[in-house]
Amino acid sequence: MKVTLFVPCFMNTMYPQAGMSIVSVLERLGHTVNFHEDLFCCGQPAFNAGYWDEARKVAGPVVETLAADSADAIVIGSGSCGAMLKVFYGDLFAGTPLASAAVAVGKRTWEFSDFLVTKLGVTDVGARFPAKVTFHDGCHGLRELKVKQQPRRLLEHVQGLELVEMRDSETCCGFGGTFSAKFPAISTAMGEVKCAAAVQTEAEYIVSNDSSCLMQIQGLLDRQGKPLKTMHLAEVLAHQ
Amino acid sequence: MATGSSQQFKTDSKRVAGDLRHRGLIQTALSKYETSRDLQKSAFQDWQGARQAAAERKWDAINHLDQYLVEFASKLEARGTKVHWATTPEQAREIILGIIREAGARSIIKSKAMTAEEIHLNEALEKAGYSVVESDLGEYIVQLRNEAPYHIVFPAMHLTRGEISALFTEKLGSAPTENPEDLTMIARNILRDKYISADVGITGANFGVAETGMISITENEGNARLTAALPRVMITLMGIEKIVAKLSDLALFLPMLATAGAGQSLTGYNSMYGGPRMQGECDGPEQYHVVLLDNSRTHLLADPEQRDALHCIRCGACLNVCPIYRNVGGHSYGTTYSGPVGSVITPHLRGLQEWKHLSQASSLCGACTEACPVKIDLHHHLLQNRRNAMAQKPVRWEKMAFHAFGFLANRPALLRALIPFGRLAQKFQWIVKGGPLDPARAWTETRDLPPIATKTFTDQWRAKKRAASSKEPVQ
Repeated sequence: MKVTLFVPCFMNTMYPQAGMSIVSVLERLGHTVNFHEDLFCCGQPAFNAGYWDEARKVAGPVVETLAADSADAIVIGSGSCGAMLKVFYGDLFAGTPLASAAVAVGKRTWEFSDFLVTKLGVTDVGARFPAKVTFHDGCHGLRELKVKQQPRRLLEHVQGLELVEMRDSETCCGFGGTFSAKFPAISTAMGEVKCAAAVQTEAEYIVSNDSSCLMQIQGLLDRQGKPLKTMHLAEVLAHQ
Repeated sequence: MATGSSQQFKTDSKRVAGDLRHRGLIQTALSKYETSRDLQKSAFQDWQGARQAAAERKWDAINHLDQYLVEFASKLEARGTKVHWATTPEQAREIILGIIREAGARSIIKSKAMTAEEIHLNEALEKAGYSVVESDLGEYIVQLRNEAPYHIVFPAMHLTRGEISALFTEKLGSAPTENPEDLTMIARNILRDKYISADVGITGANFGVAETGMISITENEGNARLTAALPRVMITLMGIEKIVAKLSDLALFLPMLATAGAGQSLTGYNSMYGGPRMQGECDGPEQYHVVLLDNSRTHLLADPEQRDALHCIRCGACLNVCPIYRNVGGHSYGTTYSGPVGSVITPHLRGLQEWKHLSQASSLCGACTEACPVKIDLHHHLLQNRRNAMAQKPVRWEKMAFHAFGFLANRPALLRALIPFGRLAQKFQWIVKGGPLDPARAWTETRDLPPIATKTFTDQWRAKKRAASSKEPVQ
């Protein structure tokens, strides 16, 4: 299958290993991966802040490029940016010349774990990762895209991996994009609750399908001096 | 510029969010609620189907409010109830004060009504020289503390038994006790006298049934029944959105409200009120007044995008699951309606620019929407409020920043050229990290920031492509 990978801005600049891991997992499964170097961001920060004109300036080229792309699927390693393309582009471009293209792009877009499990029917990607991990559900992936079991099916098939659920795994980590900077005290409190739940599991890794959540969680854990590490799902699946 | 209410929210929410005692208290209280709520939800044959049905019933009621309200009022009037229509809080207060004056009343007993909080009724009554006592235990406690309710269903959720005991000792002179039954009895002994001596009883309404012209009140303490039955004049203050079309709708809404709101199969007492004491009846008030309150609900009705916010049955489920509410507490909001639904509707009821910060104070996690028994699209409404607020009055530096971001995002070569400068800046960030000079302080004060990768994804992708093409055999 021909797959076009969309790499979110923060993943490109701060977590490139997560993006490269998606490439490696997809190639290992025999798919051809393409990446548009010119696409940098889905436009969610401006969209969430209420600046829809500015969001369209960022998202417009994404829609145009991906609409012209003949790949069988567009894959994103983030539930949040995935939700932006799949759910919110329809609202953002409603009544504009890109309306139908935006909806069509959304329909071809898949969150990474959903793509593997639902679209490809793959649950065992031949990974090995001997560690105790807990999974954090990113809110956008969970509630906008209904991705809940897919990453767990994948993790269950990773050799040597022990998956332990944390209390309130569905509770928000407090990142929320610009919210984390606009209301740092609330965001931090939410993150502390999340970290405490993860620490309680005695897992070595917190795994998620959203690097943005992991940035928040790791940022707090590092400041607290906790040894727990965060890792994107794709990195676990790429590990052999 | 931060407005008064926005500044107040920032200050209070910051203080409460860092209060670990508060965090523990609310977590404990709500984890008990979660357990019983889930148990009760499982008693529904199909909870999701019930939510859908409830949303449809409320959609019908709200979209035909013009007909149902008239039907409701005329049925009530036919049984001798006086129905009053109040557009503004001032009008509602004047109507209620007028009824009280005309009745020659002196003391007033009141059961729980968020509409009364909304119009600051108690202050108005006290200012006019009347004594008014809250008969719901939680409301009575916060009234003694001179506080607003902390939660729309659990007004005193933020207090421990010890604090309530100390309050009763201070205000009522009772002996200290942490036994909940003893505490209830202390309040009950005082309240019983108040019911008997009160001339007027004021209640809220959980539902208004158009078909029969009846008010449905649901409660756990029996206090609303006494408030309604004992005084000679009864007044119900009801928001116009509380209408349901049919009596049979309550078969769905009453268990749903109890489940979502308090984790109960059914609330302890469910009563219907349809008018004053009729000839030959042995009890009930001599006069019954229903005051229908608009207070900008019609603004919300005029907004097709967010009209479903009028479906709200004030169960509080969205507050209970909201990680923002759980961390900042009910009082930080500074509004009558707190939590997600409060953040959605307050800008419509009291002004978008003044209250937009509540829509911004959300991670948009969507737990509220998932929990809402009548399927209000709460977290998407927060997004719409943000959009409307910024379209009306953008924050200039923010707009410029997003404009600049858009400029860069569309110029990948320039962006790539700038990334090394970002890396360089991060190398020296430790000097100011987390301090007042740190441009990323909002983040770094409490959290570490990951470094910009030495090789971005684009760098690594290009290297991979180069390596792949150099391996390809030359044609």
